[in-house]
Amino acid sequence: MLEKALKGNGTYWAWMFLLLGIMGVGGICYIVQYNYGLGATGMSRDVTWGIYISQFTFLVGVAAGGLMLVLPYYLHHYKDFGRITILGEFMAIAAVIMCLLFIMADLGQPLRALNVVFHPTPNSMLFYDMIVLNGYLFLNVICGWAVLHAEYKGVKYSNWVKPLIYLSIPWAISIHTVTAYLYCGLPGRHFWLTAVLAPRFLASAFAAGPALLLIIALVMKQTTKFDVGRVAQNKLVTIIGYAAIVNFFLLGCEVFVGYYSNIPGHMHTLDYLYFGLADHHTGEVFNNLVPFMRASVVMGLAGIALLFYSRKVQSDAQLAVACVLIFTSFWIDKGLGLVLGGFVPTPLEHITEYYPTAVELGITAGIWATGGFILTILYKVAISVKLENEKTA
Amino acid sequence: MYDAGKIIPGLIVFVGLMLFAIYYNVGNKIEDPKPEKPVGYTSCVLPLEEIRAEHMVLLNEWRDEVIREGKREKVEAGGKMYEKSLQNGCMHCHTSQEKFCDQCHKYASVNPYCWDCHVTPEYGKALGEAN
Amino acid sequence: MDSTRRKFLKIAGLSAVAGIGAPAGLNMLMNKNVQAAGGHGDAAPAAHGGGHGEAPTGKRYGMVIDTVKFHERPGLAEKAIKACHSYHNVPDFGNNKDEIKWLWNERFANAFPDKSHYKKDDDLNSNQFLVLCNHCDNPPCVRACPTKATFKNKDGIVMMDFHRCIGCRFCMAACPYGARSFNWRDPRGEKDGRPFIKETNKLFPTRMRGVVEKCNFCSWRLAQGKEPLCVEACGGTGAMVFGDLNDPHSEVSQVLRTRFTIQRKPTLGTKPSVFYII
Repeated sequence: MLEKALKGNGTYWAWMFLLLGIMGVGGICYIVQYNYGLGATGMSRDVTWGIYISQFTFLVGVAAGGLMLVLPYYLHHYKDFGRITILGEFMAIAAVIMCLLFIMADLGQPLRALNVVFHPTPNSMLFYDMIVLNGYLFLNVICGWAVLHAEYKGVKYSNWVKPLIYLSIPWAISIHTVTAYLYCGLPGRHFWLTAVLAPRFLASAFAAGPALLLIIALVMKQTTKFDVGRVAQNKLVTIIGYAAIVNFFLLGCEVFVGYYSNIPGHMHTLDYLYFGLADHHTGEVFNNLVPFMRASVVMGLAGIALLFYSRKVQSDAQLAVACVLIFTSFWIDKGLGLVLGGFVPTPLEHITEYYPTAVELGITAGIWATGGFILTILYKVAISVKLENEKTA
Repeated sequence: MYDAGKIIPGLIVFVGLMLFAIYYNVGNKIEDPKPEKPVGYTSCVLPLEEIRAEHMVLLNEWRDEVIREGKREKVEAGGKMYEKSLQNGCMHCHTSQEKFCDQCHKYASVNPYCWDCHVTPEYGKALGEAN
Repeated sequence: MDSTRRKFLKIAGLSAVAGIGAPAGLNMLMNKNVQAAGGHGDAAPAAHGGGHGEAPTGKRYGMVIDTVKFHERPGLAEKAIKACHSYHNVPDFGNNKDEIKWLWNERFANAFPDKSHYKKDDDLNSNQFLVLCNHCDNPPCVRACPTKATFKNKDGIVMMDFHRCIGCRFCMAACPYGARSFNWRDPRGEKDGRPFIKETNKLFPTRMRGVVEKCNFCSWRLAQGKEPLCVEACGGTGAMVFGDLNDPHSEVSQVLRTRFTIQRKPTLGTKPSVFYII
C-alpha cells in the first residue's frame, strides 16, 4: 500500500519537500543542542521543562483524541464514521511518534535513554508513560494498518484485530491519564497538584484531537476528492463542542478553588498565567504568558460558539475557523501554560520566566514537520485506498 | 531478470561501499600499544589477563558497590590497599591517562567517557597551561 | 553486566505478574506505603522493612542547622559553602540560568515559604538561611526517577549515580526544596578565559553536561569516619550538628530532644533529615 504515497501532484510534492526542509533545519538545530548541551535552550535551573515537554504533553492529547473516532465506530457501530476512523488511528501514530521525539530532544543524555528499560523503576510515572506510549503506538500501527490493508484487498479485516481495537480504547485513556500523573503527583507544585488534572487533560484532548482531524478533513475536501461526509462532520461538532465545554468547566473549577479558598499557593500560578505575578521582594511583575492565556480563553469560547453556529448554517468555512480557534486555544492552554506555568513560582517562591531560544524553536518545528510528514504519508495511503475502493464498488 | 539495468549497478555500488573500508586501510601499519607500566609495583588488583580484559566490568562493579551498597572497603594488590576508585585507586599507580589508558584504547578504537568527569593528573596541568 | 541483566529479568517478571494480578500488586504497593508512613526514624525503625532495603538497625544521617549561630558569625555560611563547592568541583557559570549549587543561602520567606508571614521580625527579614538537599526519608525525587539514578542508600542518604542519569529532570520537578541542579552545559568549559571550575580538585570527579547533581551529605567522607565538609568548616561553633538520627545518644539526637527545631515544608510528608534552630 505504501507505494500510494509515491504518486502525487505538484502540490503534494511541494508540501513534502517543504516539510523535509523544516526537518533538516530541525536536525541542524539538534546537532547544535547536542554539542552544547541543553543550555542551548531557554530552560533554566528554575524552569527545568520548556517547550519540548509542553509539546509532548499536548500531543499525547492529540493522540488520545483519536479515541473519539474509534470508539463510536467500533464499539457503537456508528457507520457514518467509516471513512474517518482510520484518520483518527493514523493521527495517533504521528502524534505518538512526535511525543517520543520531543522526549528524546529533552533528554540531557539521550544516548542513555534505554536506561529506562535496563533499570525499570515501577515507582516512576515515566516508566509507565514509556509503556503506555509505546504500546499505544504499536496498537494503532497494527490496527490501523490491518484494517486498511483488508479494505485494500476488498475483504473484511481478520478477527484477531478486533481484540486489539477494543484494547486500544482504554489504552487511549491510559496514555493521557498517565501523562497527567507525571505532573499531578508531585508535592510542592501547587498548580499541578490537582485531581482534576487528568480529567481536564482528557477533555481538552477529546476536543483538540478531533478538531485537528476535522481541519485536515476540510482541507482534504478542498484539495482531494475525499469527503468525510456531512453526517460525520456534524457528529464531530457535537464531540468537539461538548469536550471543549467540559474543559472550560474544569478550568473554572480550578479558578474557583484557587480564588475562593484564597490560598496563595493555589492562586500564584493562576495569577501568573492570567494577570501577572509580582515578586515578593522586589515588586517586579512577571506576565509574559498573560496575552497568550487570555487569548486562549477568548479563542476557546468563541470557537465553541462558532462551532455550533457553523453546524446550524452548515458552513464548512466557519466550521474550519471554529476548529482552528479551539485547537489553537488548547494548544496554548496545554502546550504553553500548563507546563511552563507549573514552574512559576518555584517551590522556593522565586519567579523565573522562560523564553525559548531559536535553536529550541527550530527543533520544535523540525519535530512538528516530522509529524506532518508521517501524517501526510499515512493519510495519502488511506484516502487513496478509500477512493479506489469506492470507484470499484 | 527484471530491472537488471538498475539492480546490477546498484549491487556494484553496494559491494564497493562495503569494501571501501578494507581498501582504505590496506597497508596502513598501526603501531602496537605500549602502555607505560607503573614503576615499583608488581601486581594489580586482578591477574594481568583478567584486568586487561575485564577492567571496565570491574570499574562498573566497584561503582555499584561503592555508591549503591556502601561497600567501600579497600582492595588488596601486592600487599598494598587501594580505594575502589578509578580516580583515587587505579590512577594512584597508573598516573597517566595518555601513557597508559589511551595506548590500548586508541589501538582498539574505543572511546570511553571516563574522562568527561573523572579528573586525570594531566587534566589539571593542561588546564593550567591553557590559562 | 550479568547482575543488571538478572535484575532486569527479575523486575520484568515481577511487572508481568503485577499486570496479571493487578489487585495483588496494588495490595503490595499499599502495604509498602503503610510501612513507609509508619515511619522509620521514629520510635520503631524496625517497622520499615520494605521500601528501601534498610536494615532494622539502619542509620539515618541528619543535620541540625543553628541559624542563630550563623547570624552571630558573619561569613561562616559562606565558608561552609566554599568548603563544599570547591571540594566537589561545583562550577560557577556566573549566571542564574545555568547555576549549580549544593549548599546556598536563601531568605526566610524563600527557604520557609509556609512559615513566613507579613509581620516578621527584623532578623527574619534581613538574615539569610542555609539550605541544601534535605535527604528526605520519603524523597519525591527518588519516586520520580525512571532509572534509579537517584536513590536512597542504607544510611538514609539520597544519592546520585551520574553514570545512570539520563537527564530527564523529572527529579527537579519533583523536589519541593529546589535542591537539584542540572548541567545545562559542560562544567569544564570556560568563558572569557575564566574556567567555570576555578581550581579542579583532583580527588573528586567533575560532572558532564546533561546530568543532575546535588548535595550527597559527603557520603564518601562518612565512610572514612569524617563529618561532611560544611560541618567541618563550621569548626567547633556548633552551627551545624551532624549525626545519626536513629541513634538516641548521638549529638544531633540530643540537640533535637532539647531544642525547638523546625523543618522546611513538613506538611508535604517528605520527612526531611535537616532541622533548623531559628
